[in-house]
Amino acid sequence: MINNTFLEEILNITLLSLRVSGTAVLIGALIGVPIGTILGLGRFRGKQFLMRFVDITLRSIVNTFMGLPPVVVGLVVYLLLTASGPLGPLGLLYTPTAMIITQLIMAVPIITGVTMSAVGSVERAIREKALSLGATDRQAAWMVLREARMGVLTAIIVAFGAAISEVGGIMITGGNIRWVTRTLTTAIVVETNLGNFDLAISLGVILLFMAFIINLVLTIIQLRGPRR
Amino acid sequence: MPVIEVQSLSKEYSGRQVLKDINFRVQNGEIFVLVGPNGAGKTTLLRILDLLEEPTKGRFLIDGAPVNYSARDRAALRRRIGMVFQQTVLFNMSVFDNVAYGLKVRGENGKSVEQKVRDALEVVQLAGFEHKNALALSGGEAQRVALAQAVVTEPELLLLDEPTANLDPRNVSIVEETLSRVNREGKTTMIMATHNMFQAENLAHRVAVLNEAMIEMIGTFQEIFGKPSRFLIDFARLENVFSGVSKVSPEGTSVIDVGEGLRIEATFQKVGNVTFYVPPEDIVLSTRQLVSSARNTFEGRIVQISDLGSVVKLRVRAGKEFIVQITKRSFNEMQLNVDSRVFLTFKASSVQTNLNFSQKEKTTST
Repeated sequence: MINNTFLEEILNITLLSLRVSGTAVLIGALIGVPIGTILGLGRFRGKQFLMRFVDITLRSIVNTFMGLPPVVVGLVVYLLLTASGPLGPLGLLYTPTAMIITQLIMAVPIITGVTMSAVGSVERAIREKALSLGATDRQAAWMVLREARMGVLTAIIVAFGAAISEVGGIMITGGNIRWVTRTLTTAIVVETNLGNFDLAISLGVILLFMAFIINLVLTIIQLRGPRR
Repeated sequence: MPVIEVQSLSKEYSGRQVLKDINFRVQNGEIFVLVGPNGAGKTTLLRILDLLEEPTKGRFLIDGAPVNYSARDRAALRRRIGMVFQQTVLFNMSVFDNVAYGLKVRGENGKSVEQKVRDALEVVQLAGFEHKNALALSGGEAQRVALAQAVVTEPELLLLDEPTANLDPRNVSIVEETLSRVNREGKTTMIMATHNMFQAENLAHRVAVLNEAMIEMIGTFQEIFGKPSRFLIDFARLENVFSGVSKVSPEGTSVIDVGEGLRIEATFQKVGNVTFYVPPEDIVLSTRQLVSSARNTFEGRIVQISDLGSVVKLRVRAGKEFIVQITKRSFNEMQLNVDSRVFLTFKASSVQTNLNFSQKEKTTST
């Protein structure tokens, strides 16, 4: 029953899922962690009206985008990448890159938002302590981020969990092309529609198992977290 | 040459005056103690001196050079200053890394860091704690690590914001010993805020009394205590100061009713309102009632214990609160603790009125 091609396809699908979501979250962390740290430190919360305005606006945008519906992101990215769209000449539609872009747009607000609240919850006293021990502003910010490391790790894991189980966005921008842009989630949708329940169930089990591993890691980290 | 100079410094928070026209000079190697009630502005003053906050008005000069609060090199200036906060804050890392942090941000590395951290931990009597997580320490140990963090960088100026608040007597004495040692050996200038008058008496070269955003007086502990204002008595409860109505007894002594059912007998002869003082070292403390020639004996309970090294000061509630000073040895032998029942005994001749109170003393002799 189970032949090599079948296993090979499942492996291909799983690896693509990991590659797309992993890359999106990695790039998302490189963007989201610094922005979240700056917002969380409240460095924009100056006395000037403009600074306050920028701060409040950025926070609201981050919070809104944290709950962005994937299909809407997929639609927007599709419109940008489609042949007649502004980025059409790049020829990225229906490629893993298009899927990474889609998931990146969803991951950045999640990572930014969770990092922001983790950094914000580190007591102001930590930063002042670092400063009073002779740290520069940058060294002090680094210390605050270090104290918020559990929160930052949570941000990244939560974003990865959201990305790996996302289907609406990558279905639109990836196109669910076999061997090319088919991921665990998109494959489950298609195989279920086609009645290929054995494949759909196998993929579902793999996805469920990955979700379990993510939550297991998160729980272990939280249990080992600092006692305050 | 004064190392620290504060000139007409003021601080306002949204219209509220927290510090008003503060002026003082602290000499090199001096321990300058700020005393005053909560909300007097002690913490704000220390935060301004640590460059964590800007003054609204006035100047702060180090070695004659005014501090530029908007300068980019504030970190460089802060590196000459150490601060121990009232609320202990440690980083979620090992004790070693916590203490080494101040050196690391200064770009120090390697063997010298290791040696300095070890020495600093030794000074605060925490040798061997290097690899513990700082957040797993007790309150007293944590505050000693915080002290080591500041001391290890060998600051020219060490700021201390009630470093022994909330510590038990043993930890208080370790912190105090460390401070004296650092001041003696490193010639470190210190500015310390405290509530604890005993600490001020033990450590301070000079004391500034801060009340309602202003400095009321500056002087040596003795200078200030020789001439206490009503405020200082209230705040410090320049302990064992009582006021009451005095009557002359048939035996020729005075009996002063100070309230709470407490009548204190004194050898002076005064009638009417009188404020007087009983020196803590003149009070004999016993666990049983003494039969003696002393005219005053009261029963009470210990409410607070302050370990000052060789001596222990006890706060005893016996109707009014008395402060009693006994040796550490007696303290240990008598197995005293908070809430122990004790008797206080002192002679009528120990009751003194010859304090030069600036106000309130309305002794009438008729």
